[in-house]
Amino acid sequence: MAAHATYAYDVLVIGAGGAGLRAAIEAASAGVTVGLICKSLLGKAHTVMAEGGMAAAMAHNDDRDSWKVHFADTMRGGQYVNNWRMAEIHAKEAPDRVRELEAWGAVFDRTPDGRINQRNFGGHRYPRLAHVGDRTGLELIRTLQDHTTYLGVTVHMEHTVIELVLDGGRAAGVLAYDRERGRFHVFSAKAIVMATGGAGRAYKITSNSWEGTGDGHALAYRAGAELIDMEFIQFHPTGMVWPPSVRGILVTEGVRGEGGVLRNSEGRRFMFDDIPDNYKPQTAADPEEGWRYVMQDKTARRPPELLTRDHVARCINREVKAGRGSPHGGVFLDIAWIKEKIADAPAHIKRKLPSMYHQFKELADLDITTTPMEVGPTTHYIMGGIRVDADSQESTIPGLFAAGECAAGINGANRLGGNSLSDLIVFGKRAGEYAAELARKSPQPRVDEGAVERALAASLAPFERGNAGENPYKVQQDLQEAMQALVGIVRNEGEMQEAVAKLAGFNERASRAGVDGHREYNSGWHTCIDLRNLLDVSEAIARSAIERKESRGGHFREDFPDKVAEFGTFNIATRRQADGSMQVSRRPVKELPAELKQVIEEQKQ
Amino acid sequence: MSQATFRIWRSEPGGGAGQFTDYTTEISEGMVVLDAVHKIQADQAPDLACRWNCKAGKCGSCSAEINGKPKLMCMSRLNSLDLTVPVTVEPMRTFPLIKDLVTDVSWNFRVKKGLKKFKPRTPDAADGTWRMAQRDVDRVQEFRKCIECFLCQDVCHVLRDHDKHDEFIGPRFFVYSAALEMHPLDSDDRLQDLKDKNNIGYCNITKCCTKVCPEHIHITDNAIIPLKERVVDRFYDPVTRLLRMITG
Ligand SMILES: Cc1cc2nc3c(=O)[nH]c(=O)nc-3n(C[C@H](O)[C@H](O)[C@H](O)COP(=O)(O)OP(=O)(O)OC[C@H]3O[C@@H](n4cnc5c(N)ncnc54)[C@H](O)[C@@H]3O)c2cc1C
Ligand code: SF4
Ligand code: SF4
Ligand code: FES
Repeated sequence: MAAHATYAYDVLVIGAGGAGLRAAIEAASAGVTVGLICKSLLGKAHTVMAEGGMAAAMAHNDDRDSWKVHFADTMRGGQYVNNWRMAEIHAKEAPDRVRELEAWGAVFDRTPDGRINQRNFGGHRYPRLAHVGDRTGLELIRTLQDHTTYLGVTVHMEHTVIELVLDGGRAAGVLAYDRERGRFHVFSAKAIVMATGGAGRAYKITSNSWEGTGDGHALAYRAGAELIDMEFIQFHPTGMVWPPSVRGILVTEGVRGEGGVLRNSEGRRFMFDDIPDNYKPQTAADPEEGWRYVMQDKTARRPPELLTRDHVARCINREVKAGRGSPHGGVFLDIAWIKEKIADAPAHIKRKLPSMYHQFKELADLDITTTPMEVGPTTHYIMGGIRVDADSQESTIPGLFAAGECAAGINGANRLGGNSLSDLIVFGKRAGEYAAELARKSPQPRVDEGAVERALAASLAPFERGNAGENPYKVQQDLQEAMQALVGIVRNEGEMQEAVAKLAGFNERASRAGVDGHREYNSGWHTCIDLRNLLDVSEAIARSAIERKESRGGHFREDFPDKVAEFGTFNIATRRQADGSMQVSRRPVKELPAELKQVIEEQKQ
Repeated sequence: MSQATFRIWRSEPGGGAGQFTDYTTEISEGMVVLDAVHKIQADQAPDLACRWNCKAGKCGSCSAEINGKPKLMCMSRLNSLDLTVPVTVEPMRTFPLIKDLVTDVSWNFRVKKGLKKFKPRTPDAADGTWRMAQRDVDRVQEFRKCIECFLCQDVCHVLRDHDKHDEFIGPRFFVYSAALEMHPLDSDDRLQDLKDKNNIGYCNITKCCTKVCPEHIHITDNAIIPLKERVVDRFYDPVTRLLRMITG
């Protein structure tokens, strides 16, 4: 059975979120032919949901900010297992990338003197997030999408890549199906950029959409690329918990940036009870100082609600476990209280957080200007991903580049809020640039027919089994529940070993999954295909987490609750072996050059 | 737990023919129509096609007609609907059907390609960028809230009943044009196109588009009417002046 159509591009970009679009723009501007594939319609990728803002040390709101402070903040947030070169490039280049968006039509909120306004966010020392109310992702994706429209990029919407094909160890092309008809398409490319986003769908409670099934991670892994840092998952502290159907949907950190406070059922601001030593010098001593910080008093330090996400999420978890939670198993996030401090509080809240106001009003029947929200942790972001070269974003497979959430390195053990959107444009650009450069000096590769036929046949197998096979939705649900329960916010050896054993069982069930009906827009079939990716990614998460016998950033183990210096010297890598099994190994963290070490020391106060 | 019945449009493969099929499913507190559709998909109809991404009204993927009204499925709470009778869920009718609840909205992407792009004036601040005051960007920001759900396109009679897809760009793209025309940095001119190519004149300000916009953009009052006024000022000004003279 042959593929319906074949296409050849110089550069093929997989994914149309911020990273993929930015890569496509850069490659197309370099004058090579560019194809762009995405699972949804253009403009609907996950990036559209980002709320709070993008971090760039433009120093508009506080002139003490600079790339050095941003770099040091990012490294501290990542607990020093970041790829320092990526953190450095990111901090240095983000301001230009943000300004460029403005030149392409983005309309950011303004400072009183008419420049791009920047807001406070957890882990960032100074106000650093360029934003548009609480819909920054929409502004980013629409700006890039509209800019792409005029560059001659060919967009294949609602196409899903299911196999990455190599030619002599080099990335050569992909096999994809289109949702509309279920037909197969083969793409060959001289360079491929993976920009497929995250993997939150491996968990039951997540802020991620159906697209977040870790496809890029899994495609690259199965083709032999190395993944790193897969144990580091970010559980965002504030997801909605009620009503049940919206559980997991994000409540932006911007709420806390604008003065929102966390309280337990006793009304206590519990975040003041547990402030890690390395953050003490920068954290407010009392609520009064915290409020002054919100009001942009430069002498004040930030309230503890704005500590890093991993820490806040665990504190919430602790309160709930100790029986001090809210009625539906979260804690209270209160922004309404600021009416004690400012006159026009309800109007102010609606202006600063319009889509949060909207979201709670419409989905939970709750007015955030008068009533505290109930929130709890939700799986949000994966720090781990495809291992890349810091400058070029090329993976361990020649010709395969990766950018955005599916690539790893910049965030280390924990990502700071706002660092993803800026990561997308900084490294999306670089990936596009280097991919185009490679494409210009490479011949069009050959996509092996045999490999395509095998992948194609495997993907159609669920139809042969029909309804008699396993229900793919059921396997997916069981997988999500197992990961949530066994490899979640608080981990231990026994549970994670249990998870690995269970994953083997799910793998077996997934291989028996069946669907009925036609290939047109058949979500049951799509779920069968996605399952493979979720399973590979979940296994990489669980095995890496077992290997890291300490607690660091997003990875917390109750059996090893402390950080261990030795574990700060390596990243954990997973790679597929010839027999199909997963190899877990340690890769030394590259030593910081002296001048960057000094930057970090200078910023430690 | 109680139950509710959803009367969902199911089509034959390849678009074309279709009919409503009733599905009865368990519902719980806080559910939205999209949850019900997902539940039906998981338990009863795995090949039921629908689009969604964010489940929070942010991406504009899940547009449909619920009890005949164009809405986002993810923002339509069941407790706002009468559940004693079946809830009908059907695709947007202005666009060609692909399958079940999924329509071919590619026309919209083609329309955008035909519009003049953003063209900023030369940066004028010392640092090589621009200065803009918040009050000057407020209106543009309203337009840029658009999530491209295309519900306004679905409901506009010029497209829905008169099928003027080749001549008329629809409310979504008047919003888009307004965002560019009123952008403090933009230096291009779209009035001629709006009048001759995009036929803004076909709009007779029924305001149906504004009523369905999930982002509460004042499509007619803030985008279409000001654009119409600019077109009139530019191209028909002597006439209006004459009229004003006659009518006093
Ligand atoms: C609710 C929410 C709020 C957030 N807020 C912020 C914030 O304020 N600041 C911040 O910095 N970060 C934020 N984040 C994180 C940030 O939005 C994401 O990390 C980022 O948008 C990921 O972008 P991306 O380009 O890597 O991928 P995505 O935007 O996820 O795009 C992935 C693309 O890949 C495509 N794709 C995936 N698999 C395949 C396949 N198999 N075949 C073809 N195409 C495929 C998808 O269709 C999509 O187009 C937020 C995240 C969420 C969920
Ligand atoms: S106001 Fe104009 S654009 Fe809007 S629905 Fe009516 S005719 Fe269409
Ligand atoms: S203007 Fe409103 S209704 Fe129209 S596409 Fe945009 S968000 Fe949807
Ligand atoms: S799913 Fe995004 S708007 Fe409904």
